[in-house]
Amino acid sequence: MELLLIVLLVLMIGGAIFSLEAKDLLSAVIAYGIVGFGLVICFLLLQAPDLALVQIVIEAITLIIMIAIILNSTREEIKTKWPKTIVFVIGVFIFIGLFLYFFNRTTGTLSAFGEHVMRMSKAYILPGAGKTGSANLVTGVIFDYRGYDTLGEATILFTAVIGVLTVLRLKGRK
Amino acid sequence: MKGMTVIVKKVTQIVCGIIFLYGIYIIIHGHLTPGGGFAGGAIIAGAFILLILAFGSEFLALKKEETRSSIMESSAILIFLIIAVLGMVIGVGGVFFVNFLPKGTIGELISAGVIPLYNIAVGMEVAAALLTIFLALLIYRDEVLK
Repeated sequence: MELLLIVLLVLMIGGAIFSLEAKDLLSAVIAYGIVGFGLVICFLLLQAPDLALVQIVIEAITLIIMIAIILNSTREEIKTKWPKTIVFVIGVFIFIGLFLYFFNRTTGTLSAFGEHVMRMSKAYILPGAGKTGSANLVTGVIFDYRGYDTLGEATILFTAVIGVLTVLRLKGRK
Repeated sequence: MKGMTVIVKKVTQIVCGIIFLYGIYIIIHGHLTPGGGFAGGAIIAGAFILLILAFGSEFLALKKEETRSSIMESSAILIFLIIAVLGMVIGVGGVFFVNFLPKGTIGELISAGVIPLYNIAVGMEVAAALLTIFLALLIYRDEVLK
């Protein structure tokens, strides 16, 4: 299974790089779909059907919305000029070096893939169904232990809708 | 936006209701099977988006729909907050977000106290929010493009 995950992750990274570099914006958006639907298969392989269900629906809807936006606006990418000075190149190399150093330092202390420590999550998993009364433990955690978190997510969605309506009504109002 | 061919319209008529029912099933069984408010709400919004894409925006009175879905979305988050505050008023200990209804037996449809009610509120919220964003992008497109 780990080998399959590695193949999928390499495919997803390839799709992400292509969607960054593509000249046509429509093909960039379709290549970006590789990342989302690859993530769905990763979630299914890692036995997380809740996340896979949400991800596959949201991915389809956002793909439709992005394609609709691109078909109504320009399909060519607006070119931005990157500064090619020495300071820029040195800065990029310093950033990559720092990133690799801290990445290596933090991942060295973690346990191997799939052998996580169950010290904290035992308090949720073992008495979770009895305390919340919900057979699906994910829903129990989302709406009982982490109620404030869900309220925050719902508020973010509400704010996003108000933001979209405000921006579009600025020019659309008569 | 123009509608599509007769084949697409006919298939949409058959499939759309089934997708809507599946979304409701996912929301109501959120505390028993995988899924819940977020997934079910997105599926319901997908059913409406499929209808709009197949039949075109002239067929449906979109301006009224957008007002209704905006009201629905605002009232859904209000319902969510009211249930949470009811826990503070009625529940034992007076804590925000406390589960004040009887829990019942694990695995039955009516169980787990207020968790199914939270699921329904979040499902309404997500469905109405995604639909409102899609409708706003459709309605205000012509004015923005000028």
